[in-house]
Amino acid sequence: MLTIKEKIAEIKKKIDEALANVKFTKSLYEIKMKFMGKGGEVSDLSKSMRDVAPEDRPEVGKQINELRCWADGKFGELDEKLKAEELERKYAEEKIDVTMPVRESAEGAYHPNTLIRNELVSVFSGMGFEVFEGPEIENDYYNFTALNTPKDHPARDMQDTFYLSNDLLLRTQTSAGQIRVMENKKPPIKILSPGKVYRSDDDATHSPMFSQMEGLVVDRGITLCDLKGMLDEFAKKIFGEDVKTRLRPSYFPFTEPSVEVDVSCFECGGKGCRLCKGTGWIEVLGAGMVNRRVLQGCGIDPDEYTGFAFGMGIERIAMLKYGINNMKLLFEGDVRFLKQFKD
Amino acid sequence: MKAPLSWLKEFVDIDVTAEQLQEKLFDCGFEVEELTYVGKDISGVVVGEVIFCEPVEGTHLSLCRVDCGDKGTFQICCGADNVKKGIKAPCALIGATVYATAKDHVTVEGVMTIKKGKLRGIESDGMLCSGAELGVNGDMYEGGDYCGLLILPDSCKNGEDVKDILGLNDYIFDIAVTANRPDCQSILGIAREIAAALDKPVKQPDLSYTQNAGVCAPVHIRDEAGDLCPRYIGHAVGNVKIAPSPAWMKRRLALCGLRSINNIVDITNYILLEMGQPMHAFDMRTLGGRTIIIRRANDGEKIVTLDENEFTLNGENLVICDESKPVALAGVMGGLNSEIKDDTAEVLFEAAKFARDNVRKTARALGQHSDSSAIFEKGVYEYTTERAMKRALNLIEKLGCGTVSDVHADICPAGKPAGRKMQCSISKINSLLGIEVPADEITGILKRLNFGVNRRGDLLELDIPEYREDIDGYPDIAEEVIRMYGYKHICGTFLPSASITNGGYNAAQKAELRLKEKLVAAGMYEISTYSFYSEKDLDMLRLPADAAERKAIKILNPIGEDLSLMRTTLAPSMLNVITRNQRRGNAEGKLFELAKIYIAEELPIKNFPEEKPTLCMGIWGNYDFFDLKGCIERVAKALNVKFDYAPSQKPYLHPGITAEISCEGEIIGYAGQVAPTVAGELALEKPAFIAELDYAALSAHAKPFKYNPLPKFAVATRDLALVCGKDITCAQIEKEIYGACKYVTDVKLFDVYAGEQVGEGKKSMAFTVTFTPADEAIDERIDGFVKKILNNLKFKLDVQLR
Repeated sequence: MLTIKEKIAEIKKKIDEALANVKFTKSLYEIKMKFMGKGGEVSDLSKSMRDVAPEDRPEVGKQINELRCWADGKFGELDEKLKAEELERKYAEEKIDVTMPVRESAEGAYHPNTLIRNELVSVFSGMGFEVFEGPEIENDYYNFTALNTPKDHPARDMQDTFYLSNDLLLRTQTSAGQIRVMENKKPPIKILSPGKVYRSDDDATHSPMFSQMEGLVVDRGITLCDLKGMLDEFAKKIFGEDVKTRLRPSYFPFTEPSVEVDVSCFECGGKGCRLCKGTGWIEVLGAGMVNRRVLQGCGIDPDEYTGFAFGMGIERIAMLKYGINNMKLLFEGDVRFLKQFKD
Repeated sequence: MKAPLSWLKEFVDIDVTAEQLQEKLFDCGFEVEELTYVGKDISGVVVGEVIFCEPVEGTHLSLCRVDCGDKGTFQICCGADNVKKGIKAPCALIGATVYATAKDHVTVEGVMTIKKGKLRGIESDGMLCSGAELGVNGDMYEGGDYCGLLILPDSCKNGEDVKDILGLNDYIFDIAVTANRPDCQSILGIAREIAAALDKPVKQPDLSYTQNAGVCAPVHIRDEAGDLCPRYIGHAVGNVKIAPSPAWMKRRLALCGLRSINNIVDITNYILLEMGQPMHAFDMRTLGGRTIIIRRANDGEKIVTLDENEFTLNGENLVICDESKPVALAGVMGGLNSEIKDDTAEVLFEAAKFARDNVRKTARALGQHSDSSAIFEKGVYEYTTERAMKRALNLIEKLGCGTVSDVHADICPAGKPAGRKMQCSISKINSLLGIEVPADEITGILKRLNFGVNRRGDLLELDIPEYREDIDGYPDIAEEVIRMYGYKHICGTFLPSASITNGGYNAAQKAELRLKEKLVAAGMYEISTYSFYSEKDLDMLRLPADAAERKAIKILNPIGEDLSLMRTTLAPSMLNVITRNQRRGNAEGKLFELAKIYIAEELPIKNFPEEKPTLCMGIWGNYDFFDLKGCIERVAKALNVKFDYAPSQKPYLHPGITAEISCEGEIIGYAGQVAPTVAGELALEKPAFIAELDYAALSAHAKPFKYNPLPKFAVATRDLALVCGKDITCAQIEKEIYGACKYVTDVKLFDVYAGEQVGEGKKSMAFTVTFTPADEAIDERIDGFVKKILNNLKFKLDVQLR
């Protein structure tokens, strides 16, 4: 019969042997259970305490305890080591090639015109502008006469018009909408009028259909400085905080004085580059103080009220902002083009 | 319009550089679209005197020694036929740049740099030049057209740069003139603006001449169309000697791109450029009865113009006639029959004002445009008309090409325009501008612009220059002031006095945006296509002749047939986009367009048509009908409505895969697969699906969203596998299930099977039915509900539980 001491030594030896080749935590747990679990060899040893003489019991108990501590340490140490190894193997197995293509979820996009239009509306609606959309098929009165462009006026040549009848035509400018608003609404007026317009022009930079955004303000005491102030704000919000505007004289029948508005080139900061053709400035819109005759025609007293109007081509702004080189692309509906506008 | 700097300098003392002048013009409203330095490509060319010249045996070449003064004497091998000892010619030194010409010695092929070279083994240290090689033609410099050397006068100093001699140190301003300033379509008009901008006086052209009696017999002028010709001045010149014009005149015409013809014709062109008044000269011997009649053309009347084109006229066209025939197309071009010939001895000059829109209409209708019509279309002022005639007669004397007679007629049916006056206040000008321009500055600017100015305190009494018909009210004066004072003085303010207004989109506009947002979120791309298409596009859809879509509004003046009809359906545009995408190898896509269609009450169109916003969706690729239906359901969700689908037919859609869509009983659109026949014709490789919804009608059904309280009790679901006849639709069964039990809140098909196991002519459909309790638990009652549902199905549709 082996003494307790011998038994302990033997168990220690068995444990050492059993653990020598363990590779997985799973086998480690099995071994641990075999020795330490219920009915395991160490537990059996504890049970054999009852066969020990009472005076020897403290000493034997101490030895068994030491065995337990030793074994726990052994198992714990190895467990930690194996866990680390297993984790490493798992990581190695799960490694992926992060450069592989994405799994795409369906995503659509707005037309660039819609993006620009929304951006413009958000800038100006913050300043109190409502949005009014007039008809695309207009008559001569709204498109020309009411805008101070009588029949023999050479300005009619500035825009080649598509006619549908003697009187009806495809509007050449969203300014036509101004009149409809002023006929029905008294000052203060602040409206934006976005929409499609049509001119008989078709080349790389012109399209027979394009979009404009017109702005109109009529109130007491409106000045050219107010126009400049509002356009400064517009330029900053749309093209960037550092962008400046410049007014230069021009002519539109429905405004007086009339101006072309340039913004400092947002590409080169005004130093001159390809985008601004070396001038440092980019023409973005036409504007002016509403002509007295236009106000009068709409039943607004031009001695009491003044106003300004501005109009810009939405495609032009989109082309400038996104660097689109050909206007035709906007109307072709090529998905490779459309996909790029996920703003 | 083109304005040479040298010509402008005749009228105003310009003491700034061409570039500075360009900027000044820009600031006051005249954009210089192009500033060209005439001698931009020529450098290093000096006067050379041929001091030795001997032919090279067996070649067409001559070996020369050329004395270039302080530049040295060079051996040059020259192939020109007019080279000889003693002549002076432009000599391009080594390193000089000149134009390279083609074999014809005329066509310029580019700019070349002269290098030391050998011709037939003989060293040549430069090149003697022709006019073409220096960019000079015969009008710009005598002898410039000759294909040999350009011979320079003996008075030229050897070694002197030729650019001054040939007039190459000059600039041409190509200026954009806005439509309100027809008075600036001339050298003099631009000079007036420059004078104002530089604060210099204008030197007026010489208008003096002497009338001589007994030179010409009387001429009768009758204006029968005063509305189209408010002013007509005629003056006869006798003893005409047709000859070439002097060099200075030829050169100026050439710089502006006009060819010299002869002295009389050149005078009319010169005045067109100088004063902006188109003129015409008739050979008096061709005018039957020494009579000029201004009238509307008779229908079918014919005229052959100077460029030998024949036109058939009508009552819309204004013509200048003698007693029997038209001799000019008023304002556009003279007739060949009254052309100035080499032996013309008596001339009638015409200076007139024609109605601008009539000239425009005639020029357009006949496709006959000229420098003259371009000016008349924008407008001429009678002030200029009068002065132009005087200037023409002055030039007759100056050129010595005829005797100015006393035969003069001046027709102005409505009377001569009187000088216009106006009053305006300085404070009003400033209140429009928003800045305080000092009163002295304002009066100074207006005086520089030739306004007569009388200031009384705040009030300005103004005499408007006779050539400024555009001045209409105080805002015009404000514009004159600010464009000269400088827009840089305008500083931004932010409506300090305006009322507060509430901005943003209205409800309908927001709804439209929300719809687009939902469709984009569903993976669709928004497109924008032209509002017009052609008959061919409707043919592509195989629409019958009486289809509603065929009742399209026609554009009277389309760019081409392809863009000639206002669209009545968005389908062709979408189909074209899908086709284009497939041709470009784009394997799949989901697109939508929200745009208007145009529906006329009657054709031809008389009243404003209806502009109906319409939503079109198109998908292609590895999709089927139900992918498209999914997109359509997004629309229903966005508007909070329910759509019903029923089988339907469209000429361009698959007869078995087409649905009519309705909302609350109203048909609002259709959806389906593009018919294989149409797809085949378009060579579509992937199936395409199209839906079109009447957005205007739809938005009337849209409902606001409301929150539904959450049910207090859990929902219960049951799966029912049913067997029915193969023609029973999913919608029929759904309807019966909903109808059988008020607790049913959702019915979803999850499987369809047809085959042996269910028998011939039958199919199996499996549904998940959701029951949502209201106020009490219904768990125990559900078996009863299911029983009722099944009974109903059996009774109504002969559907069995499988």
